[in-house]
Amino acid sequence: MKQAIITIKNLSAEVEGRQILKGINLTIYPGEMHAIMGPNGSGKSTLAAILAGRDGYEITGGEVIYGGQDLLELDPEQRAAEGVFLAFQYPVEIPGVNSTYFLKTAYNEIRKHRRLPELDAMEFLTFVKEKVKLLHLPEDLLKRPVNYGFSGGEKKRNEIFQMAVLEPKFAILDETDSGLDIDALKIVSEGVNALKRPDNAQLVITHYQRLLNFIVPDFVHVLYDGRIVKSGGKELALELEETGYDEMIHAAAVPA
Amino acid sequence: MNNIIETEPNVAPAPKDEQLNSSHEALEISERNRDEPEWLLTARKEGFMSFDKLGLPTLKDEDWRFTNVAPIAKMKMAPVVKPEHHGLTEKLLSQFPFAALTGSQLVFVDGHFVPEFSSLATLPEGVKVMSLAAALATEPTLVEPHLCRHASSDTNAFTALNTAFFQDGAFIYVPAGETVAEPIHLRFISTAKEHGTTTHPRNLIVAGRDSRVTVIESHVSLSDAAYFTNAVTELVAEENAVVEHLKYQDENQQAFHIATVAAHCGRTSNVVTHSIALGAKLSRTNIFTTLAGEGLECTLNGLYLTRGEQLADHYMIVDHAKPHGASHEYFNGILADKSKGVFHGRILVRPDAQKTDAKQTNKNLLLSDDATANTKPQLEIYADDVKCTHGATLGQLNDESIFYLRSRSIPREKARRMLIQAFAGEIIDRVRCVAVREELDSLVWERLEQNQKIKIHP
Repeated sequence: MKQAIITIKNLSAEVEGRQILKGINLTIYPGEMHAIMGPNGSGKSTLAAILAGRDGYEITGGEVIYGGQDLLELDPEQRAAEGVFLAFQYPVEIPGVNSTYFLKTAYNEIRKHRRLPELDAMEFLTFVKEKVKLLHLPEDLLKRPVNYGFSGGEKKRNEIFQMAVLEPKFAILDETDSGLDIDALKIVSEGVNALKRPDNAQLVITHYQRLLNFIVPDFVHVLYDGRIVKSGGKELALELEETGYDEMIHAAAVPA
Repeated sequence: MNNIIETEPNVAPAPKDEQLNSSHEALEISERNRDEPEWLLTARKEGFMSFDKLGLPTLKDEDWRFTNVAPIAKMKMAPVVKPEHHGLTEKLLSQFPFAALTGSQLVFVDGHFVPEFSSLATLPEGVKVMSLAAALATEPTLVEPHLCRHASSDTNAFTALNTAFFQDGAFIYVPAGETVAEPIHLRFISTAKEHGTTTHPRNLIVAGRDSRVTVIESHVSLSDAAYFTNAVTELVAEENAVVEHLKYQDENQQAFHIATVAAHCGRTSNVVTHSIALGAKLSRTNIFTTLAGEGLECTLNGLYLTRGEQLADHYMIVDHAKPHGASHEYFNGILADKSKGVFHGRILVRPDAQKTDAKQTNKNLLLSDDATANTKPQLEIYADDVKCTHGATLGQLNDESIFYLRSRSIPREKARRMLIQAFAGEIIDRVRCVAVREELDSLVWERLEQNQKIKIHP
C-alpha cells in the first residue's frame, strides 16, 4: 500500500483563545491534488499557516504526520527542508534582498539538508533561468529584490516560480488565484500543473471554483467553521458553484 | 515600522571650558602659525574668538538636544606637537580599510602628514594631491579662495576650534575638465596613548568645472585612549563637476569624533557624500551643503551601526539657494544594545529656489529594546513651487519577512542576518565607486556579524 505524504488527524487549533480549527481529518497520498474550499473565516488560511509553521496558533488537539515525523514539532525552515512549501496568499516584499541570492540560499539549504553538494552561483543561475520561463516571468525579476515593487499577479507567479525551483514534496497553495486576472490565472495554473508528479502532492486552498477550471483536483473538501463538512471528487466544486456555500453547508450540517 | 520616538534629554549645563579660554590665545595663534598668510591668521583668530564666544554646545542648544558633548568639554584637548606613530608600520597600515585601493593615498598620523607612508598615483596634469600645510606654502592662490570660506566658524564651535587650531589635512585640486579615475584616499590614523589627545584635521577639496573626482576619508585607530578627532572638510564642486566623497569613521570605542563636511555645489554639478559611522563612543557628523547653482543634484547618503553605549549623530543642512535643484538624503541606522542614533535633517528652500525637489528619509532598525533613535526633520520653505518630502521609520525586523524566509528553508538566524544586511545594503548600493562599494559591503557585513555575536552570546 502507498504511504501517505501527509496525514492530518483530528487537528484543532486556537488563535488568541478563539477556536478556529475543530478537528480536521485529511490524508493526502503521492500524486494527488486536493482542493479545500470554504467561505471566509472557515479556517482555510489557518490550516495553511499551521502546516507551514507560522507562529501565533495554539494546537489544542490532534496531530500531523509528515514523512513519518510529527510535522508540528518542526521549525518552519525544517519543514521547508523536508519538502513542505507554502505559496503565500500575500507574498512578502523584501526590499534589499536580491531574488537570485534569496533563492540560491533557500535552494542550497535544501540541498544541504539532503546531503547534496551546493550549487555555485553560475550553476544556480543556469538552473533557475530554465524555471523562470515556465512561469513566463521576465528574467530581470531575478535581479530585483524579492517581490519588491511587483504587481499582484507577478507576486503570485513568483510564488509558483519559487515552488518550481525548490521542488517541494508537499505544496500548499493559499488562495493563489485571488486577485489574478484570467491570463495570469492561466499562467499560474499551467505552472502548477507542470509541477505535478507521481511522487509529490498539492493542497490548493481557494474561495472560488474558478481556479479549478484550470487546476483539476483529484479531491475537493468543503471546510466550514473549522471542520471538513463534505468531501468528494472534482464535481463537488461544480456543485458548490451552483448551490453556493450556504445550501451545501446546511445540507451537510446534519450530524452523521 | 512607522513611529518616531523623541526622548526628552536631561538638560545639564556643560562646564565652561577652562583650558582654552585665555586672552593671550590669539597672540599664540599668530606666534605658532607665523609662516602662514595673513588671511589665514585672521580666519584663525576669528575662529578662536567665535569659539570663545560660543563655547561648546549643551543639551539646551536645539541642534544638540540629543548629543551631550560635556565629556569633550572636560578633556584637556592636548595637541599632538610631534607625532610618535606609536608602533604604526607599513604592515599595520595595510590592514586598515581601503588600504588596497590603487589610487593616491595621503596618510596622517595623529593629525600630522607622513610622506613616507603616503603615495601618489599617476595624476592628470594640474591635479594637486598634497598636504594642506604644503599647499599653503606652494599653492596659496589655489587655496585662498576656498579655505575657511565654506565651513563657518560663526555658528559652529567645533568648526571654529578647528579653524583656530588645525595643523594639517589634505588638499585636493582638480582643474577644469580633468578626471581623476581612481579614488583618492585620505587616511587619518590615531595612535594616541593619552586620554584627551586632540587633532583637528582640515581638508580642502576643489573640483573644477567639468571635473570628476572620488575622495575617501577614513578615520581609524590603533589606540585605545579616549582621544578626540575634530575634523573639517570643505568641498567645492564647480559648475558641472561630479564629486563623490565618502567618510568612513571607525574610531575606537572610547574616542570622540566630531566632523563637518561643508560642500559648496555649483551649477549642474553632481555631488554625493556618504557618511559611514561605525566607531567612536560619540560621533557627530555635520553635513552642510549649499546648492549654489541651478539644476544641480546632491545626494547625502549615510549608514550608522552602533552597539554598546555608542552614540552616532548626523546633522544635515541642505540649503537650496537656486532653482531646479534636487537633493536626496538617505540615512539608515542599525542600533544594538543600549546605543543611540540621532538624525537631524534641515532642508532650507530659499525664495529663489523654485522647482526644488528635496527628499529625505531616515530609517532606524532597533536590534534591542534598549536602543534609541531620535529623528528630527526640519523643513523651511520660502519658495512656492517646490516638492519636499520627508519620512522616518523606526522598528524591529519584520516578523512576516522572517517567516517568509524561514518558510523557504532559510534558518532563523540566517534570515535575520539577510534582512539586516539588506537594510544596510540600501545605503551601500548608492556608493558609485565599485571597489569602494565592494569593500564597504564586506566591512559592514563583518561589523554586523560582530555586533550580532555580541548580542546573541552576551
